[in-house]
Amino acid sequence: MQETVIEANRSERHYWTDLWKFRELLWILALRDVTVRYKQTVLGVAWSFVRPTLTTVIFVFTFSKVAKVPPEPNTPYAVMVLPAVLIWMFFSTSLSTVSSSIVSNTNLVAKVYFPRLIIPLSSVIVGLIDFLIGATLLIPLFLWYGFTPGWQVIFAPAFLLLAFLAAFSFGLIFAALNVKYRDVSQLVPFLIQFGFYACPIAYSVRLIENEWWYPIYNLNPLVGILDGFRWCLLAGNSPFRMDSFIPSVVIIFATTLVAILFFRKRENSFVDYI
Amino acid sequence: MAIIKVENISKKYIIDHQKKTKGPVGIRDVLSHYTKSLFNGAYRQEMAEVSNEKEEFWALRDVSFEIEAGDRVGIVGSNGAGKSTMLKVLSRITEPTSGRVSIGGRVASLLEVGTGFHPELTGRENIFLNGAILGMKREEIRRHFDAIVDFSGTEKFLDTPVKRYSSGMYVRLGFAIAAHLEPEIMIIDEVLAVGDADFQRKCLGKMPDVSDSGRTILFVSHNLTAVQSLCNKSVFMQKGRMMEMGETSHVIASYMSKVRRTSLVQEWESVAIAPGNDQVRLKLVEVVPAYLGKQSRIDTRTPITIRFEFWNLMKQADLNLSLHFNSVTGETVFNIATPILSSRQGIVRAETQIPGNFLNDGVYTLSIMIVKDMTAPILVIPETVTLEIEDFRENVAWYGKWPGAVRPRLPFTIEQVEEVPV
Repeated sequence: MQETVIEANRSERHYWTDLWKFRELLWILALRDVTVRYKQTVLGVAWSFVRPTLTTVIFVFTFSKVAKVPPEPNTPYAVMVLPAVLIWMFFSTSLSTVSSSIVSNTNLVAKVYFPRLIIPLSSVIVGLIDFLIGATLLIPLFLWYGFTPGWQVIFAPAFLLLAFLAAFSFGLIFAALNVKYRDVSQLVPFLIQFGFYACPIAYSVRLIENEWWYPIYNLNPLVGILDGFRWCLLAGNSPFRMDSFIPSVVIIFATTLVAILFFRKRENSFVDYI
Repeated sequence: MAIIKVENISKKYIIDHQKKTKGPVGIRDVLSHYTKSLFNGAYRQEMAEVSNEKEEFWALRDVSFEIEAGDRVGIVGSNGAGKSTMLKVLSRITEPTSGRVSIGGRVASLLEVGTGFHPELTGRENIFLNGAILGMKREEIRRHFDAIVDFSGTEKFLDTPVKRYSSGMYVRLGFAIAAHLEPEIMIIDEVLAVGDADFQRKCLGKMPDVSDSGRTILFVSHNLTAVQSLCNKSVFMQKGRMMEMGETSHVIASYMSKVRRTSLVQEWESVAIAPGNDQVRLKLVEVVPAYLGKQSRIDTRTPITIRFEFWNLMKQADLNLSLHFNSVTGETVFNIATPILSSRQGIVRAETQIPGNFLNDGVYTLSIMIVKDMTAPILVIPETVTLEIEDFRENVAWYGKWPGAVRPRLPFTIEQVEEVPV
């Protein structure tokens, strides 16, 4: 028989086994969010394709045709942009849903116990599912342009994992803060909007790597992910850049650790402030 | 062996009087707090005053008790006694400020029926969702699925989103899932307050089932009849402290004698503080129960006298008083009015008697209206006194809510008219 001890500020010894026991809940919550999202829509899951497609079309028009932003060598602009758009959409939507996840599940937090980490975790999983559906768009796009990725493509999951951790860890801190300070829900959309320009999505890192502020630019952990993902898919037309990869990995792993500790310290009192 | 051991549990909340709610604060408040105290020395004084307005509120204070495996324990107490906070601590929804609880078994807490139901999902999907939230394994849910559907009576609507359910169906489905949990310890808060009478009867019928299986139950309810019939032990809480724990009948009796009688008189000492205006002011509202025998609480049998006194500040006026007896949901159960009194300046008294075996059990509020010249209400006081009438039953086997606005005992006979072999 399991014995549970409840005390103030006690980090529960069974927390991680509890988390494992509740893994079905994790899955069911993710499933709930996926099913609910497309209820009463005509297009349904097709929305997962429509959003990245339209974004790419707009990018091709504004950045390539109007602003004449050059793509990577030997690469059509759309081929360069779509992978980055997919990763960015995964990161940004996950970040915003994770940030608001605790508050938007108030009804659960106030009435039942389960390891609270389940809630933000399931939110990122929803984003991931969405990404995996949208990523199938890459196949027709690459076929259309007759573009083949090289051996580097096997590293794509690693960058996906990094993006997952980035959205999860930053989101986790925001989610915990949001319980007490609702300012977070105002801040996050702004950060995402700003982040879009601070990341190599519509343009290539090549255009800025000789600027004096390039090392500072690389402190944005998303740069390493987006540029790395591009390297995976563009068959040697985009080089692998250690300058952004190293800071990205270090920052993301450190943040993940800090975020989990931060969240764990606060989760037992969420209900008192929510 | 004690399955739940609660040792000196306290829970403190900080109430911030600066704001209207104790809800979330903005970062701005915190920042301005720091910057102002940095730059402005004089501000510190002000800050000290402000922080005085933060009041500590102890929802629980040094509560200790032990529960044996297989006990069914009721927690009773008036509103704000700390019952719900206790359940929240025990079900690990919030942590205590100090103290220690050890629990030797799997806990399922049912603080609400249908927690986490998503309106867009179908009944079927919600059974799995709610089951998982309550800690059931997929396999367990599948095993009980038919029984859950059967108990809730929602077969026909299984594939309809629950947003299209009637509130009754919603509650039934929620309870049905919870009733099929198989934890060692079950924590239940007021769930019987919802749902229609039929379904409550069904739930209360299910509860002894649950307790016979040797499970430990913690049950909070305002329905003392239900506590009495389901729980062998009870805890009486008042203002965050545990007053008493023991046999249910004993605990309920002392709860009644300590709490219930206090709020039945309201009197204002002087004209200056009394509610009213420059024509009339209320002086006294008093509810006097005529207890039968050793009875110490008002129940459906108890005749009640209600008395009002008010100051007439006018030299001379034709006044009468109208009394509305309202149910807790705001409907007027009845309205009575006194004859007209040609009143001079001074104190006026009005009194009425409500017979026993007339009102149903429930919480009532009394509102009064003082009327001048039969037409002009000069003083309306919506809630002068709140009155709780307990349930009383003899020779009745079920404990659900007795239906009806009133509960008169009218002669109603039954007899065998003729004996005919068929």
